[in-house]
Amino acid sequence: MAVTTPIVVAGDTAAVGRRGAPQGYRKGDGKSAIPFLTPGAIGFLAFTLFPVFASLAMSLFDWPVLGSPSFLGLGNYSELMSDTTFRTALINTLIFVVLYVPINIVVSLGLAAWISPRIKGRRFYRVVFFIPAVTPMVGNAVVFGLLLTPNGLIDSTMKSLFDVGAPNFLGSTSWAMPAVVMMSVWQGFGYNLLVFSAAMDAVPPSLTEAASIDGAGTVRQFFSVVLPLLSPSIFFATVLTLISSFQVFTQAYVLTGGGPGSSTTTLVMYLYQSGFQFFRLGFASAIAWVLFVIIMFITGLQFLAQKRWVHYDQ
Amino acid sequence: MTSDVASARSAALPPTAAGAVTPTTPRRRRPRWVSQTLLTIVALIFLAPLVWMILTALKAGGEVFSTPPRPFGDALLWGNFSEALAYLPFGRFLLNTLLVATLGTLITLATSALSAYAFSRLRFRFRDGIFFLYLGTLMVPQEVVVVPMFLIMQRLGWVNTFQALILPWAFTAFGTFLLRQFFLTVPMELEEAAKIDGCGHWRILRSVIAPVAAPAFAVLAVFTFINYWNSFLWPLIITNDVSTTTVPLGLNLFLGQNGQEWQLLMAAATISMAPTVLLVLVLQKYLVRGIALSGLGGR
Repeated sequence: MAVTTPIVVAGDTAAVGRRGAPQGYRKGDGKSAIPFLTPGAIGFLAFTLFPVFASLAMSLFDWPVLGSPSFLGLGNYSELMSDTTFRTALINTLIFVVLYVPINIVVSLGLAAWISPRIKGRRFYRVVFFIPAVTPMVGNAVVFGLLLTPNGLIDSTMKSLFDVGAPNFLGSTSWAMPAVVMMSVWQGFGYNLLVFSAAMDAVPPSLTEAASIDGAGTVRQFFSVVLPLLSPSIFFATVLTLISSFQVFTQAYVLTGGGPGSSTTTLVMYLYQSGFQFFRLGFASAIAWVLFVIIMFITGLQFLAQKRWVHYDQ
Repeated sequence: MTSDVASARSAALPPTAAGAVTPTTPRRRRPRWVSQTLLTIVALIFLAPLVWMILTALKAGGEVFSTPPRPFGDALLWGNFSEALAYLPFGRFLLNTLLVATLGTLITLATSALSAYAFSRLRFRFRDGIFFLYLGTLMVPQEVVVVPMFLIMQRLGWVNTFQALILPWAFTAFGTFLLRQFFLTVPMELEEAAKIDGCGHWRILRSVIAPVAAPAFAVLAVFTFINYWNSFLWPLIITNDVSTTTVPLGLNLFLGQNGQEWQLLMAAATISMAPTVLLVLVLQKYLVRGIALSGLGGR
């Protein structure tokens, strides 16, 4: 093994800094890398890379669980185009995303700003709001089922306070989706709250002090100083929240089972039903790839649009 | 009030900068206690669903619904928890999930640490290319791989087995990516010193890098454990037998078979949440730091 002298290494480290791994090749490192990479690489090939391509290939087949697959070309995709359930699931998913993502970001940003250095026990509050993000989604959904059901906590509280009961949230086509969104926001915004809180802690107080001396009030300070400095975090959080919101499944599956009617059937739920209840594996793969392409497209758009509003100049 | 705010602010500053800030007079701000009280109320409302879950878990069946709502029944029925554990059998599901989550976390930590070492410390041909391939798959949603994965498991005869629950998600690129980021911040000088003392790569990883990167391992361990614990779609697809059913799946079964026994369902939900909540409370420092550093977490 080539042992480099400490002096060279010191220079090397300074040049590389924290930006990346040391560059160039070193004799013997290729051989040394093999035992380190092999365990992970085998699993990665078998359980990530191969299934990704297999799924794309399967989407071109009529692929039953029993019996042999037959090639359809783009048949599954053209069936999707005229499939009304698919269209409903797509629209429902879009409605969910459009409602969920902005509410999530605004709530987490607002609370992160509220839990400022003025608040005592900041870490405690942050952890409180983070708790439902780590409890099982099924558990959260079951609890919301109890709250939202007729005669449940919300209904009975409203009856005793206002003499008017709550709507039957989960049994009404117009309330089911808002109920799913509300439950999802409650359970999910804790992650972004922590991301934004950490970013706000990193804003130098001298900047807000300076703005305050220049006569900016709290609101102005937030929008003109803090928010631009936070824009990389907001961008990052929005990208990830969007990706995960397109994958909405568990909460709708447990709370409403996709109903009433098909008012809360989402793309992933339709994928699950097609693949594992009707065992049309090729068709389910096609849904997965439509979902993937939508996610890639939206993420790509966000990366293009970030130049207009994200400031990295720190 | 004014000095209060000023001291709270300077406390948040690094010590060298603290002296530079002159305590200005913030005008027209709500006093802190108003803000603090309101926030506490919001936090309590936020926690209400979980509090209601625990209160309901302690009631008798006939006391679950009442108008106006009553927080407590006539007695606190702790027996509901043991009844819920014996039902289905939920206790078995707990053990299953504990096994799956623990083994999955260990495998993830081991393989991620090895790969991350190679990607951050060794210089070999195609290293960056392979790493970008790993990174590229971070964007692939689980749903895309789930269908072929089901077929693979079927061919291997792994339906209803623990390895089917563990292995498919123990090699994701996320762990490698997270640990690599931390390993890169470990100074090269430490490694070179160890090399001069005659350490090979294994020793360097074990005795030099791993101790320094312990917080990173903690972060990855917590996220991985929680992901395994909460996973729903994949267990729903690959298991249909009590011997391998996990907690979220069991809760869903419970809802389907006995959804009217709300007090038992809430007891089961409480039990299902306890381990992850405990983990978060105990390791909150690491978690907050990990989320701040990676911005990713378990989504």
